[in-house]
Amino acid sequence: MLHQVLFIIFGVVCVAGALNLLLQRHPINSALSLIVVMGALALLFLLLGAEFVAAVQVIVYAGAVMVLFVFVIMLLNAGVEEHTRGSRVAIFLGIPGLIAFFIFMCWAIGSNGSALGQARIGSFYVPTQELGIALFREFLLPFEVTSVLILIAIMGAVVLARRER
Amino acid sequence: MNPQLNYALLLPEIVLTVWGILVMVIEPLLPQRSTQKGLGIFAFIGTLAAIAASLWQTTIPAGTGWFDMIRVDEFSIFFHVLICCISAVVILASFEYLDSQQIRGGEYYGLILFGTVGMVLMSSAVELVLIFIALEISSISTYVLAGFRRRVATSAESSIKYFLLGSFATAFFLYGVALMFGATGSTSIYIIASVLQSGQTAGTGAPLLSHGLAYVAVALMFVGIGFKVASAPFHIWTPDVYEGAPAPVVALMSTGPKAAAFAVLLRILFGAALNTGSGWFWLVWISAALSMTLGNLGALLQTNVKRMLAYSSIAHAGYLLVAFAARRDIGIAAAIFYAASYAAMNVGAFAVVSHFARSGERYVSITDYSGLGKRSPVLAITLTIFMLSLIGIPATGGFFAKFYVFNAALKSDLVWLTIIGLVNSAVAAYYYLRLVVVMYMYEPQTGEGKLELRTAPGMAAALVITAALTIWLGVAPGRVLDYARRGADHLRPAAQQQSSFRSPASGYPQDVRIPQHQAGDR
Repeated sequence: MLHQVLFIIFGVVCVAGALNLLLQRHPINSALSLIVVMGALALLFLLLGAEFVAAVQVIVYAGAVMVLFVFVIMLLNAGVEEHTRGSRVAIFLGIPGLIAFFIFMCWAIGSNGSALGQARIGSFYVPTQELGIALFREFLLPFEVTSVLILIAIMGAVVLARRER
Repeated sequence: MNPQLNYALLLPEIVLTVWGILVMVIEPLLPQRSTQKGLGIFAFIGTLAAIAASLWQTTIPAGTGWFDMIRVDEFSIFFHVLICCISAVVILASFEYLDSQQIRGGEYYGLILFGTVGMVLMSSAVELVLIFIALEISSISTYVLAGFRRRVATSAESSIKYFLLGSFATAFFLYGVALMFGATGSTSIYIIASVLQSGQTAGTGAPLLSHGLAYVAVALMFVGIGFKVASAPFHIWTPDVYEGAPAPVVALMSTGPKAAAFAVLLRILFGAALNTGSGWFWLVWISAALSMTLGNLGALLQTNVKRMLAYSSIAHAGYLLVAFAARRDIGIAAAIFYAASYAAMNVGAFAVVSHFARSGERYVSITDYSGLGKRSPVLAITLTIFMLSLIGIPATGGFFAKFYVFNAALKSDLVWLTIIGLVNSAVAAYYYLRLVVVMYMYEPQTGEGKLELRTAPGMAAALVITAALTIWLGVAPGRVLDYARRGADHLRPAAQQQSSFRSPASGYPQDVRIPQHQAGDR
């Protein structure tokens, strides 16, 4: 019961934040509402029993990535967006497409309602300890190889950002 | 020590990584503004060491390691050697190019070596998570390499375009991996194969969630890989990226990551998802037909040699996909052979282009090649060999590559696809031969006739190696084909159970086990 109430509260906050993100005209306001979305998502993950993903969501997305966003916006000194009339393609294809997708989803869930079954919230609880064991045993090689990936990303940034004499 | 941590299985990757780090450490110690040929030779030795490491792997028994993350067998060793050879020849061809374009060598050679690590790992990974990370290593290094001509706007355009569209395609691949995990409960190629076959989820034994989900997952992964190999509906980026990127880098990225991506596609389609074969058959069929047709028609209109070869590489991806559509062991072997033969001739062709382009890549249009037969007969003959091989004239590697592919297609009753492919080969002859005609029949343009065309030793070695390999594959394809066949045998999940499995070089006793498409395409 408490789970359900919390789910509804944070779900509404999440969707409201996402809508606000799209409707705001100033980039800083959009970025700040994205933080709200990320935070609400983290709590939804926590409700599902994914404590590690929730923590990572806060640290990486709400923390690091958003700080980067806000810094870039401030460095570029971005002003208020100019209001365009919107492309015609978006109106003629986007809105009917969205409605069609919504109807399809309703139909897909409605027609399979009996076959979908139920899962208790939090029944997929995976403790962080198990994640750590998987990461440093079965997934040791991908984990180590990621360091090569990060290395070439750094090299690429250095090469492309260096001033050419 | 844990027996799972088998460093022997990772030897080529370890050698390449260590060499890449050494290149980065040595570069700042070298004097500024000097030629960086020494660094290039050092990197070249690194790729040779990696080839030696891969060849040494043939002496250890085939097997999986690192908790079933990688599998080293004849299939992956073939691709290891192929990819390391491509990198070695590209490094040889880069020596004078870097000097003439004033490109700094440290990061260039480092990125080639690290990119090779990713490609080599792609060909031996049997776990979708590892495949994804290896794919990213190979992709990101090529995104950066494409932008190395810092003084030219088209190079930056090429890099940005490749990066944005490539990231988009990677997202498709990742989505496919996620859905495959949702459908089967695993990301391991072999577990996915057994789940799709038995219809029971791994571990719990619960029924497979939905076959539809697995089909969608395979389709999404095909989109991601289709972008990397530049096959038809996902090919739009190719001409622009190839035009702007440095010519030796194009030689690398039109063959190395492509060969690795085809290895991944073979693993996914034949190793994991053979049971959904009737689902992906038409996907591959349509993509193959479109790639061949659009690639060749596009190439007819080009005046820039790099753009022409870009469209030609789209067409060749199409021929290779024909072998996939055949869905037989000989199809797999034909695809592996095609990847090797295409690598030899295409690296050679782009080596000539990069040698001829001069500083700032000024001479890249087809008319610039007029009179090359008189100005530099040797260069003209080498380029002619590569062009004839790209057409598929007998006595070149391109002939047997096409022959085996269409042979496999005909054995699977893909008559229409074979006809489309043969018509396209005839169309392709026009634009390849046009370049040859321009070289021999036209007079040199005024002023450029005196242009010095001295071939540096590194470039000469690269041209000799690629031309010799192209002709060798055309005269005596037997050994490479035998090896490709044995690689194909290792691909199927059945081979996983019996690691010491070695099939006779001739005949395919297991061939009937692959479900053939009964209905259409007659």
